[in-house]
Amino acid sequence: MAALRSETAIALEPRRLPRARFRLKEGTAFGWLMVAPPLLFLIAFVGYPFIYGIWLSLEDRSVARPAVFIGLGNFIADARDPVFWQVVRNTFTYTIVATILKAAGGLALALVMNQNFRMKNLVRAMVLLPFIVPTVLSTIAWMWILDPAFSVLNWFLVHMGVRPPGPSWLGNPYLAMGSVIFVNTWRGLPFYAITLLAGLQTIPSDLYDAATIDGAGAWHRFRYVTLPLLQPVILIVTMFSVIFTFADFQLVYVLTRGGPANATHLLATYSFDLAMTAGQLGHGASVALTMLPALGLMIIALTLYMRRR
Amino acid sequence: MVVRGGWRVRALQLWLPLGFFLLFTLFPFYWMAVTSLKPNAELYNTQMMPLLVYHPTLKHYVDLLTQTSFLLWTWNTMLVAVISTAISLVLGVMLAYPLARINFPGSALIAIAVAATYLVPQPLLFIPMADIINRMGLGDTLTSVILTYPTMLVPFCAWLLMGYFKTVPHELEEAARIDGASHFQAMWRIVLPLCTPGFISAGIFAFTLAQNEFLYALIFLTKTDVRTVPVGAIAELIRGDVFYWGQLMAAALLGSVPVAIIYSFFVEHYVAGLTAGSVKG
Repeated sequence: MAALRSETAIALEPRRLPRARFRLKEGTAFGWLMVAPPLLFLIAFVGYPFIYGIWLSLEDRSVARPAVFIGLGNFIADARDPVFWQVVRNTFTYTIVATILKAAGGLALALVMNQNFRMKNLVRAMVLLPFIVPTVLSTIAWMWILDPAFSVLNWFLVHMGVRPPGPSWLGNPYLAMGSVIFVNTWRGLPFYAITLLAGLQTIPSDLYDAATIDGAGAWHRFRYVTLPLLQPVILIVTMFSVIFTFADFQLVYVLTRGGPANATHLLATYSFDLAMTAGQLGHGASVALTMLPALGLMIIALTLYMRRR
Repeated sequence: MVVRGGWRVRALQLWLPLGFFLLFTLFPFYWMAVTSLKPNAELYNTQMMPLLVYHPTLKHYVDLLTQTSFLLWTWNTMLVAVISTAISLVLGVMLAYPLARINFPGSALIAIAVAATYLVPQPLLFIPMADIINRMGLGDTLTSVILTYPTMLVPFCAWLLMGYFKTVPHELEEAARIDGASHFQAMWRIVLPLCTPGFISAGIFAFTLAQNEFLYALIFLTKTDVRTVPVGAIAELIRGDVFYWGQLMAAALLGSVPVAIIYSFFVEHYVAGLTAGSVKG
């Protein structure tokens, strides 16, 4: 293989060299000319806000008063704030549990859908609906499903013998966390399922045939053929989803506003409350920035991994 | 995979789990529809079987369309989504084309930066962004969201389009260049037309993302006549502690319909966009 490649390289050499140089000269000007406007836009509206956010987090800045530079004061205040630590724990619980549920459920659904059946495309389209529909709107539906007085779930539970009015899905701290995790799973599972299904479909069927001939049962085929070949897709989808689950805002804001008693507050909703509701921009910015170490690591890892592929 | 063992095995391996997942996925939509058609007397009666409607009424829809600004919000949402998608496609092409097809100094670094930008979630940026938009005097204008949505959509479009641009053979473009076409002409006449599926994918995906956006709209749009559907529903259909559930469900359903219709026409392109980053080939 290596020998073959070097031979073709030599064969192509005289043609390739001038071509590359010709592209380099004119291409550079054209390339930068094209790239400059969108790049400036992103620098102005992503790069600058990012740096400005770091600056804000170092200030004591409320809506009505002039800003005062206080160094790491906001972060020190965060570290001493028991609510902040509760919010950090919530964010990790939410991310970890929801990710496991979505990955396991998504893989299961992908495997189920990787069989031949009628109306497969229709089913696939329907399965993706939770992911397509604006999150806020579907979350409003969930709010009604989990309503303290008129929950449809409780109607069934009560008719099955649970003491009325049944569990308070969004009123009990543990149930509320369970509920937001469940709704997040509902919304995100299709993303896993459809992407993993696409991954499953790239696995050549002769690999399964070969494994079957070698005496592998269904479990062994899954364990030694499917999983290893699917692993890169699983890794990317999971990292992707972890980033956006970790920084989730909409769902919790709509369903519980972080309540009851901060039991479902995530870093994003807590920083929103501080900055937008209480008007403490600097303090809010510092809470938002505490997401950065974990997020930054994930983002860098995923970016490098996707580029390597 | 071939399933052996007749209908019992098939029911157990396929229809039973599939039915479970479909119930799980679709129930909230069924519940939206049923609730929106119930008169209040049924809605707030805990004795009646809730899964059925006994006396369906369109009252909630009529109220939603006549007593609230829902139609205006829908118009705003569409306008914002279409314009920010268009901007993002243009800027996305400008980024993706050179990065995918010309190996110029700095291109690798820019490609990494664009991918990383795509992954930066909004909650990391919204506080400084709110201050910037205020200082620009853009609060309560649709311009504020039209300007900020592309910050999420441009990196995504660029990332997706790069994949498509890379699949066009270099020879095509070079033939055009030898015939005297400029870089721009080669791109405009040769490469871009071949990548139409990529544009549809990126466009559909960007459009649904823009429709779905909530955080910036919540912060920047505080007046009724500039609101989008998600913010309008949260801020104005929930008045204090009073929930107009019939209207809310009608709004949730109607607000989802445009996206669902567009999506149903382009499912394949949508799925292609969804899986582009994670699945190769």
